[in-house]
Amino acid sequence: MSIEINGQTIETDEEGYLTNLGDWNEDIAKVLAEQDELELTSNHWEVINFLREYYDEYQIAPAVRVLTKAIGKKLGPDKGNSKYLYDLFPYGPAKQACRFAGLPKPTGCV
Amino acid sequence: MSDEDMMDDEAGGGVVKKFLYVNRKAPYGTIYALESLEVVLIGAAFDQDVSLAFIDDGVYQLTKGQQTDGIGMKNFSPTYRALEMYDVEKLYVDQDSLTARGLNAEDLIVPVEVLNTTQMAELMETQDVVFSF
Repeated sequence: MSIEINGQTIETDEEGYLTNLGDWNEDIAKVLAEQDELELTSNHWEVINFLREYYDEYQIAPAVRVLTKAIGKKLGPDKGNSKYLYDLFPYGPAKQACRFAGLPKPTGCV
Repeated sequence: MSDEDMMDDEAGGGVVKKFLYVNRKAPYGTIYALESLEVVLIGAAFDQDVSLAFIDDGVYQLTKGQQTDGIGMKNFSPTYRALEMYDVEKLYVDQDSLTARGLNAEDLIVPVEVLNTTQMAELMETQDVVFSF
């Protein structure tokens, strides 16, 4: 599979996760979000950027439980909870936000 | 409801078992090390009592400064540092295996407990489930 962005073809797997992490840029995140009928706000970007930093450091896309805890630690309890994160990413904060962030699907996600 | 509560409900307040993952192979060249790590990460969602043991060439999985560009593989060793966030905190390494390879605990990417052969045998003895990779 692939998506078209600004005349460029970007390879994805069958679930829409980027094949090459290096292909990612912010425009790609926006297009992926539009496909899910979401408009990315600064709150979305905060989570997306957090995930990219997390992946950079640990080479893994965190499970939702771990993401929630880690966000809480970094951004405070009003953001490190399921309700806040599911409101931002209704298809699952780890699953959907990782896709927007150009990361693989979190390990263990089905 | 917090995540923790949801996890408890899913587990049905079930029995917590002691799981030991034994890692004996070098990190690259076979898929064992990466597969073991993925099973540990996936299994972490079930809130069991998890330990990891590194024996023989398995100790190389934890060495600092892994450089994988030449073999076209992802260096997944930083992921061992994420285990703590998955509440997997008991990592044991076999003393003889380290010594035979000229390594010590300071050469490893995460804090570990080094065990001698007797202690390792005792650790295995106390487990409910042992997975060997």
